[in-house]
Amino acid sequence: MHVNVTVNGAETGADIEARLLLVHYLRNELGLTGTHWGCDTSNCGACTVWLDGVPVKSCTTLAGMADGHEVRTVEGLEGTDLDPVQQGFVEEHGLQCGFCTPGMMMTARALLDRDPDPDEATIREAISGNLCRCTGYENIIRAVRWAATHEAAARAADQEGAGV
Amino acid sequence: MTATEAPIPDVSTSAAGNPLGFGRMLRKEDARFVRGQGHYVDDVNLHGMLHSAILRSSYAHARIVSIDTSAAEAHPKVKAVITGKTLETLNLAWMPTLSGDVVSVLATDKVRFQGQEVAYVVAEDEYAARDALELIEVEYEPLPAVVDARHALDPDAPIIRDDLEGRTDNKIYDWEAGDQAACDEVFANAEVVVAEDMIYPRVHPAPMETCGSVAHMDKVTGKLTIWTTTQAPHAHRTIYALVAGLPEQKIQVISPDIGGGFGNKVGIYPGYVLSIVGSIVTGAPVKWVEDRSENLMSTSFARDYHMHGEIAATREGKILALRVDVLADHGAFNGVAQPTKFPAGFFHIFTGSYDYPAAHCKVTAVYTNKALGGVAYACSFRITEAVYLVERMVTCLADELKMDPAELRMKNLLRPEQFPYTSPTGWEYDSGDYPRALKEAMRIAGYDELRREQAERRAAAAGPDADPAAPLMGIGLSFFTEGVGAGPRKHMDILGLGMADGCELRIHPTGKAQLRLSVQTQGQGHETTFAQIVSHVIGLPPEDIEVIHGDTDNTPFGLGTYGSRSTPVSGAAAAVAAQRIKDKARIIAAAALECSVDDLEWEHGRWFVKGDPSQGKTIAEIAMAAHSSLELPEGVEGHLDASVVYNPPNLTYPFGAYICVVDVDPQTGVVKVRRFIAVDDCGPRINPMIVEGQVHGGLADGVGMALMEVIAFDSDGNNLGGSFMDYLLPTSMECPSWELGETVTPSPHHPIGVKGVGESATVGSPPAVVNAVLDAIQVRQADMPFTPAMTWRALQGRNLRPDLAIE
Ligand code: FES
Ligand code: FES
Repeated sequence: MHVNVTVNGAETGADIEARLLLVHYLRNELGLTGTHWGCDTSNCGACTVWLDGVPVKSCTTLAGMADGHEVRTVEGLEGTDLDPVQQGFVEEHGLQCGFCTPGMMMTARALLDRDPDPDEATIREAISGNLCRCTGYENIIRAVRWAATHEAAARAADQEGAGV
Repeated sequence: MTATEAPIPDVSTSAAGNPLGFGRMLRKEDARFVRGQGHYVDDVNLHGMLHSAILRSSYAHARIVSIDTSAAEAHPKVKAVITGKTLETLNLAWMPTLSGDVVSVLATDKVRFQGQEVAYVVAEDEYAARDALELIEVEYEPLPAVVDARHALDPDAPIIRDDLEGRTDNKIYDWEAGDQAACDEVFANAEVVVAEDMIYPRVHPAPMETCGSVAHMDKVTGKLTIWTTTQAPHAHRTIYALVAGLPEQKIQVISPDIGGGFGNKVGIYPGYVLSIVGSIVTGAPVKWVEDRSENLMSTSFARDYHMHGEIAATREGKILALRVDVLADHGAFNGVAQPTKFPAGFFHIFTGSYDYPAAHCKVTAVYTNKALGGVAYACSFRITEAVYLVERMVTCLADELKMDPAELRMKNLLRPEQFPYTSPTGWEYDSGDYPRALKEAMRIAGYDELRREQAERRAAAAGPDADPAAPLMGIGLSFFTEGVGAGPRKHMDILGLGMADGCELRIHPTGKAQLRLSVQTQGQGHETTFAQIVSHVIGLPPEDIEVIHGDTDNTPFGLGTYGSRSTPVSGAAAAVAAQRIKDKARIIAAAALECSVDDLEWEHGRWFVKGDPSQGKTIAEIAMAAHSSLELPEGVEGHLDASVVYNPPNLTYPFGAYICVVDVDPQTGVVKVRRFIAVDDCGPRINPMIVEGQVHGGLADGVGMALMEVIAFDSDGNNLGGSFMDYLLPTSMECPSWELGETVTPSPHHPIGVKGVGESATVGSPPAVVNAVLDAIQVRQADMPFTPAMTWRALQGRNLRPDLAIE
């Protein structure tokens, strides 16, 4: 079958086997290897990407299901600067081996978009579908809080600027 | 973060804001990881690369009657199908394990555990390779399986290793340490003796990245390049040379970014060897990456120790002796990764952190129809099992004596003036102040207040208005002593390779440096901390020091990252190399300044003339001078390089005091970890941020093992933990917010006093959680993991065996 998928804003397309998983489409067809793969059972979240703005596990999503839709991956996080979530992971040591990190950040970004000021319990719940074997989660939570705080500060500065 | 003693402060900061030496510094490696630009083995994509998959045994024990690969070979996308028969012709059907045994690469005669490698397919893509596995017909003749280690030595037990000549039973070895007669005498006369049976069940390191490799045998040059998930690239290169008979100078092992190791990536797996064979056979690069089930079912498991412990004491609570009998389940092949002279790893450090004269341990290791392994999952060569045993036994003793477990520990901890201390089983603990660490943990926890709260809750639960749903509160302690950083090489080797590490430091003419390490990071942040070590000694900014690792063509030989070796061994190598640079820089500075070396004084990063600080040369200036036409004294070579092989004189001995507080739901058995306090002493902290991260990760491991993780088997030997739906890892919901503290006792023999911390928390935390759960439910002994079902059964006084799905 043929699929057309918008990935990080760019049109992509390929003839694929109908059974091809989205994670393999991204990694093998497009060479976007930032999306990882860590289990066979939808448990680990290393493969988390956005499908039309919602985090999904790309290891249990067929590439065909993304046909005509928009996908965002870790490679699409950075704008002119690092996304505050990316910067937060650096500042708060929210990663060690880095394998869970792309999926973790995609989940975190989605959380902050719907709840810009989540408390610790909310963050824990939001990332509970993403496993990390290295960090014990503590610094990941701090990283998300770092991003929330800095985004709030940036918003406040913007508003002040607009008000002048 | 509280500190009873400040760590070494930043000397000053570089232009980029980094500490010139020790201190919190953001990681250099993060820039690529947060952009999704990490480069892991599965990201390697070579031109013309083929993919592969392994057919695995569905039986735990069965004779292979026949294998029919014709349908698979006929698959249009299949390039090669390889069986044990093919490998026999290449003399590659079996390979040595790291423990002097052999293991089959592809089974030829029998399969000996479920998940064992039976056939291998190379195809154009991974989907086709897996399709072709379905087309292979294997006829098995099932045999009875040895699943329960306690029956492995029964006279009628089936012989698992009939491939070994003369084998008449399933015993691998008997091994002991300590003075049995002296120990038994203490027991015979002791006022109090407590005995318990306990299992440290089989668990799995389960790094988020599974194991894999990409092999490329260049037919023209004869060079083999293999990108592989290894914690020990140099040792792997040598083993490939020995196993496959390939010339070692033509083997390049590249260990790119590794998605966590924890011991899982120390050994050589059949898949790695098969990818090499696949590349030789097809002439193309071949990738092999296992899936999660393969990872959990066939790669190195950890623990699986069945222990009978006995502790002797006075009625006042003075510990007198500890003895233990261990039945070690090693699986179907003895594939543990540990120093040769230590068949039970460092388990005989089991006397722990306490002062008593008598100890004895006996370990019997057996074959069973399970995957091989045993030493993995951040265990510091089985110190995890040792700490679990002693910390459980001391807690049981406190229960018997009706004494507070903190008080009992405080009474028996080694005192600072006893160091260096030689333990009853021969370890020389280099340094420590144990009471200080325990006091600090109790202070952070508010220990007395916690015990008061617990007493109030218990009184309420016994009262007339008791709420049957009120959570049961438990407080658990553990105090651990680790021994990390193997060698010395004269005592410690793996497959004859002495445990010493090489390191090379080059200062380029412009004063920028490259540091080449033999060890490889799997997330520990070597690219940052090793630059800080060099910076600490010679004052170059860490951002100017590039750390090169994970590629055997570009780094010196060394044994690898496991057993928390990196900082104690390679860290020492880096510090010594930097010191040599500093010494040589002094000679060159003297030549440039036309003075005597004795006239020069050091300030961080610069040699200057005593009494005239304006007359001096920075390391960068000296580097340029070293490469220039400057005339150097007789016998002094140009350039500013150093090459070191560091042979550690002893292990380093980090330690710590941990306290865990849990609440158990008496109606469902659900355990909630309310608080976890960890005070670690790993000597001075090179980068406190990274040290804390290492501790956090290990504490999560402890919660995982104590509450969730186990690989159990049914009576046919079916693996019941073969996926993340069955083998549960802790998520953000099970982990509390960790509360850390520290004390600092430098190692007296390490050049910069540091001790290694990668495994401390994984070693120290499981007994704290288990002690807390058992304290909550007021049961002296039951086995982890305390899943709701296990906890509930323990509450009913009906303990289950965690390792078998049979009662
Ligand atoms: S790879 Fe584990 S959830 Fe997708
Ligand atoms: S950083 Fe290694 S798994 Fe999360």
